[in-house]
Amino acid sequence: MKPARKQRLTLILLMVLGASIATAFALKSFNENLMYFFSTTDVVDHKAPKDTLFRLGGMVIKGSVERPGDGMMVRFKLTDFSKEVIVEYTGILPDLFREGQGIVAHGKLNTQGVFVAEEVLAKHDENYMPPEVKSSLKNQSMPKKDK
Amino acid sequence: MFLVPDFVGRFFHRMASPPHFYAFTARLMPWLVVIFVLLTAAGLYGGLYLAPADYQQGDSYRIIYIHVPSAWMSLFIYMVMAITGAIGLIWRIKLAEIVAISSAPIGASFTFIALFTGSLWGKPMWGTWWVWDARLTSELILLFLYLGVIGLYGAIDDKRVASKAVAILALVGVVNIPVIHYSVEWWNTLHQGPTVTKMDKPSIHVSMLIPLLLMALSFKMYYLIALIQRVRVELLQRERNSQWVKAMVLENKQ
Repeated sequence: MKPARKQRLTLILLMVLGASIATAFALKSFNENLMYFFSTTDVVDHKAPKDTLFRLGGMVIKGSVERPGDGMMVRFKLTDFSKEVIVEYTGILPDLFREGQGIVAHGKLNTQGVFVAEEVLAKHDENYMPPEVKSSLKNQSMPKKDK
Repeated sequence: MFLVPDFVGRFFHRMASPPHFYAFTARLMPWLVVIFVLLTAAGLYGGLYLAPADYQQGDSYRIIYIHVPSAWMSLFIYMVMAITGAIGLIWRIKLAEIVAISSAPIGASFTFIALFTGSLWGKPMWGTWWVWDARLTSELILLFLYLGVIGLYGAIDDKRVASKAVAILALVGVVNIPVIHYSVEWWNTLHQGPTVTKMDKPSIHVSMLIPLLLMALSFKMYYLIALIQRVRVELLQRERNSQWVKAMVLENKQ
């Protein structure tokens, strides 16, 4: 390779390297702000903001969804498999909302530590399979009770 | 250089010469179109008809056959643009510069399609058209990078100077590519994690995966076809005063 070309190649590599390092530092310092939601552990440990709106993500605990009133109010528990938070929401839930589903709720904590959501978004997982496969997977993983 | 077989080196050397490239791609084009049509037909038939509905999302998930290949292409084309841009900068190969700038509008279109179909998919599944999570935001930045490249190229009259400026912009923007890919792993995002492009086994049933891969190949072919057409036009424009273009025009007139 001719010296001039080698020099240009080195310059380009240095430029890309410099840009990468700058970006890495910028992303590192903004890490907290890039988190789209807080986990339920953050809330229980008082790491989540008080009196301001924030997003809370987690999985809806099976059997925890209840409708205490006659209206649209829904109450359920969210978990990250370590700590739980009670969420209340009034409104229409997305199609994918169901027990055992990951969701992201936008709202704030009230004085009792209940998360009052203004918006609920469903997070779908990265698995795609036909319904028959899903049900056979379920049967395999469940212990056989009757035998 | 000793790692590359001699005939491969000679092939690329010949292809870097504009008249050879022009003549060769004219003969290649019909074959590319045939392969593209076959792949697209097979992919769409497999994806929209043969593949079963999803256990959670029902038939709505089928937008994956457009959304995911477009998103892959948006990253792939950006890398092609940056690498050919670098080759143009270092070796001053005219054809590399042209490939770089001709990729930009195609890449921008694929990025737009990925964002648009993602939005259509997000509304029924997540419950929202758009969120500012790391994946969606970094993909939007990619669209702006493409538009920046196109705008910068158009703003400079001397196209050889413009190509250098564009290559530098594209190379700086390369940092965004790993950010897009790993955004769903580094941060909490509403967008789910990777399904196919991960170390583990793909978490998609094989009957759904095959059409997806066919569509990905078909999009690659489309890119190749669109790229070659754009490169040929750009070549003719830049080389309009050269001997081979004049000779070819005269030949066609007779």
